[in-house]
Amino acid sequence: MAEFKEAPAGAPLGEQLLTWVDNRFPASKLYKEHMSEYYAPKNFNFWYIFGSLALLVLVIQIVTGIFLVMHYKPDAALAFASVEYIMRDVPWGWLIRYMHSTGASAFFVVVYLHMFRGLLYGSYRKPRELVWIFGCGIFLCLMAEAFMGYLLPWGQMSYWGAQVIVNLFAAVPFVGPDLALLIRGDYVVSDATLNRFFSFHVIAVPLVLLGLVVAHIIALHEVGSNNPDGVEIKGPNAPKDAQGHPLDGIPFHPYYTVHDIFAVSLFLMVFTAIIFFAPELGGYFLEYNNFIPADPLKTPLHIAPVWYFTPFYSMLRATTDDLVTVLCLITGLAAVLAFLKGRFPGAAKVGILVAAVVLIALLKTFDAKFWGVVVMGAAVIILFFLPWLDRSPVKSIRYRPDWHKWMYVVFVLFFFVLGYLGIKPPSDIGTFIAQVGTLFYFGFFLLMPYWSQIGKPKPVPERVTFHAH
Amino acid sequence: MSDQQVDNGKRTWLIATGCAGAVGGVATAVPFVSTFQPSERARAAGAAVEVDISAIKPGEKLTVEWRGKPVWIVRRTPEQVAALAKMDGELADPKSDRTQYPTPDYAKNEARSIKPEYFIAVGICSHLGCSPSDKFQTGPQPSLPDNWSGGFLCPCHGSTFDLAGRVFKNKPAPDNLEVPPHMYLSDTKVLIGEDKKA
Repeated sequence: MAEFKEAPAGAPLGEQLLTWVDNRFPASKLYKEHMSEYYAPKNFNFWYIFGSLALLVLVIQIVTGIFLVMHYKPDAALAFASVEYIMRDVPWGWLIRYMHSTGASAFFVVVYLHMFRGLLYGSYRKPRELVWIFGCGIFLCLMAEAFMGYLLPWGQMSYWGAQVIVNLFAAVPFVGPDLALLIRGDYVVSDATLNRFFSFHVIAVPLVLLGLVVAHIIALHEVGSNNPDGVEIKGPNAPKDAQGHPLDGIPFHPYYTVHDIFAVSLFLMVFTAIIFFAPELGGYFLEYNNFIPADPLKTPLHIAPVWYFTPFYSMLRATTDDLVTVLCLITGLAAVLAFLKGRFPGAAKVGILVAAVVLIALLKTFDAKFWGVVVMGAAVIILFFLPWLDRSPVKSIRYRPDWHKWMYVVFVLFFFVLGYLGIKPPSDIGTFIAQVGTLFYFGFFLLMPYWSQIGKPKPVPERVTFHAH
Repeated sequence: MSDQQVDNGKRTWLIATGCAGAVGGVATAVPFVSTFQPSERARAAGAAVEVDISAIKPGEKLTVEWRGKPVWIVRRTPEQVAALAKMDGELADPKSDRTQYPTPDYAKNEARSIKPEYFIAVGICSHLGCSPSDKFQTGPQPSLPDNWSGGFLCPCHGSTFDLAGRVFKNKPAPDNLEVPPHMYLSDTKVLIGEDKKA
């Protein structure tokens, strides 16, 4: 237990109260550790606003969600009408609902940019692996939240979107159909499904999400923030002042709190403009088909998930028998290359060959449908392994060989193209482009241990580059 | 710590009680996970449906609900029935030999139906459960091959089926459309959900 402190005689009432609290709860200590004496690198650029913005959107989603639940009815017979009731009859209900629906898309915009920042500056590299892994967990929770939340208005897209995604689980060999039955709680998506998704959406997943957000921030404040130069400001050799504070760091509060308030005001301008003038954003944030009540007997003519899922959805659609054959060829080729050129002991080489033969046999045994699900899942799960895939000697893109930047450009382009194709109805040429994009996406990550080491990095400075304003 | 003697008797009991506690914890999870299963009410809702098919004109489709799923009754024209045999080469499973959704023996024929004129199937794509849309119009059209001779197109992932619900090759859907158990009660009445075996 910490030493029991006494406020000086005649101290103001506020100080006496704080002393009383600090003797019982580490209020001042927490404030110092995470705000006034959390030293963040002074060379942050605009890419560093998205973490705070993500926290803001989380608060918006939780508060608007609480108020929506006061009027929403999780019942297949009443759900659609209760959402329209919120929109038309509840005073200001339309605002709360549009804040929540726009917030969902805003969350993904902010989080995708936040993740891309991590990719650019190597923020997942040692010692920040757990910061990144908690972050990937948050991303998974967000996807679950978005998917289950989208069922709740019980519109056509809600219904058929859930039908498609739940049936993904039915593709798992042997246990699939029973698993899908267990998720739906009925033979088709129905009232039972709606009720359990409501429960997950409003309580189960948010609890996990909040826990992960806390873990993400605690881990970050333990190791300290990365920065655009990828230079450690708190390492043993980093310059420090007489009190041991890093010379290249500044306290989070007030410097970055003010910096973030500016970003928040810019963000809110865009956010409110969308809420007031284009809450559906041309069908991208709220799909038009979702204003038709769910009809289990009729699939809408064109069905697509909301934009933030479409890159992964494209990969699912791209996995046809042809792509599985290509995957078999690639597996075989990779195994032969590893056997001939790899620097492994002989036993490991034989092991690789056997594993490749088994994988090819499995690829050909199960349906392309199952592999599509595997590809889509792997596209998300592979992110967790990024800290160990990147073997570049430098963290930040600033000091990587120039052609690495082009790798990132092509990666981002393909991500956008996959996202675009996922919105469109299937076509032969679209499927082909999506297949190329899928192969590039996985090549980018799986070959990263190889390509990230190639080329000569530029010299990394001793200290962060910073020009005072 | 390290210089203390390990009390092996105490350690054995700690392991034993720990394991017993874990078994209890897992056992507690069973009722919670079991609540995810379909309820008795959902199970009971699967009764057979009787349908009057006398009003369907040739080339038309009637959709009825059975176990919450759309069941199609298509009255095929003689030309449509004749076109079925020509398709075999382009289909993934023309003889309906796959067993994921077993085709009843009485429908294991070219037309996949008891009477060639009436085709009865569950209108749920075997890929991810969307309901395919009607594409009875022949000839070139968007998302379909130029030699299209009528059938169904799944709007979700582009799987195509012929007018006997058989899936075309190299499409995401692995299986033909499911033919539900059904039987004719009279020339104009069909019972969906039960057949003579049952």
